[in-house]
Amino acid sequence: MSKIKPSKGAPYARILGVGGYRPTRVVPNEVILETIDSSDEWIRSRSGIATRHWASPEETVAAMSVEASGKAIADAGISPEQIGAVIVSTVSHFKQTPAVATEIADKIGAGKPAAFDISAGCAGFGYGLTLAKGMIVEGSAEYVLVIGVERLSDLTDLEDRATAFLFGDGAGAVVVGPSDEPHIGPTVWGSEGDKSETIKQTVPWNEFHVGDVSKLPLNERGEIKFPAITQEGQAVFRWAVFEMAKVAQQALDAAGISADDLDVFIPHQANMRIIDSMVKTLKLPEHVTVARDVETTGNTSAASIPLAMERLLATGQAKSGDTALIIGFGAGLVFAATVVTLP
Amino acid sequence: MAATQDQIVEGLAEIVNEIAGIPVEDVQLDKSFTDDLDVDSLSMVEVVVAAEERFDVKIPDEDVKNLKTVGDAADYILKNQDGGIKKV
Repeated sequence: MSKIKPSKGAPYARILGVGGYRPTRVVPNEVILETIDSSDEWIRSRSGIATRHWASPEETVAAMSVEASGKAIADAGISPEQIGAVIVSTVSHFKQTPAVATEIADKIGAGKPAAFDISAGCAGFGYGLTLAKGMIVEGSAEYVLVIGVERLSDLTDLEDRATAFLFGDGAGAVVVGPSDEPHIGPTVWGSEGDKSETIKQTVPWNEFHVGDVSKLPLNERGEIKFPAITQEGQAVFRWAVFEMAKVAQQALDAAGISADDLDVFIPHQANMRIIDSMVKTLKLPEHVTVARDVETTGNTSAASIPLAMERLLATGQAKSGDTALIIGFGAGLVFAATVVTLP
Repeated sequence: MAATQDQIVEGLAEIVNEIAGIPVEDVQLDKSFTDDLDVDSLSMVEVVVAAEERFDVKIPDEDVKNLKTVGDAADYILKNQDGGIKKV
């Protein structure tokens, strides 16, 4: 038997740079109220959302990703050719193959890096970050670009008063690279497939192919509705607040960080009520800065954590070197939490 | 030991006060959580989880929608507390 030479990676990994892209069009609640019977006050009280961004036809998943990636690469102080792998987490890129990661890798000038998409809903950023860390430490890439990107406006039922106001579009990206010290903690992650019905796409795409309209959702005018994301609000709220607070605590414990040591908390920007209740359940100290980007960005699924991270740093609410707890959770159900040093 | 209905209502009143800021004396058996006590669907989940911990009872998501009034919740807890075995 021949001896295979082992790969050699870096001792540890860290986030070196972050970038975000928010579509130009800002959509206030008044626009949402054109298609649902609700009020600005109701939407704000249930979700904390005042505005969200909706992408134009030109602001594609790839185009938004390229913008966010360019900023992340510049922030990291590396050149695009140094990127060894591109990981894209999205549920709203409608061309199933090839992976959009390959197009993005090409457009940012990264040469020929490994490039692939993952599907892990609102936990996608944490899943991608965990893969990136593993690849860097294992030695298959020196720098990895992790992108969370969504055009959830394409998967929103504007006539569903429970979700019409919730979702937004955008892209967030980070560059992960080698480090002599640990700056990304152990990931606490997992899935609960027995709860797959709580957040889901209304109908699978192949129902359209089969052409049996009896299985397709119709609007009031009898027209076939495009698939959308639906959720059971109370069940999701209970799981997100109370079960995810336990996962967040496990991630702190795994990293050997106490709540007092923490500077920043960046939960997935699902809903302000979930964020507020998580902060209360976790008993986070007053000094911890909490990301509340959902107010003006809406829920952007896989993009929400890097977008919120970028905004906290850009506005000076957080600074490079701060210790942050991040947690993503969503359709699957899936979750991923870890402690990181901010870039 | 299982709680009496009075103790359950008293406990629910404290929970609703903590979560929604409603005065404890306003939390009466015939009061609707949403219409009278300003407890919306998400706050209701917080009330339910707090009640589960306080009264050692499990209230699954599918049962929460049936708990319209304080009396509904008190009856549910009374019947299901301590794993569903009613103790005297």
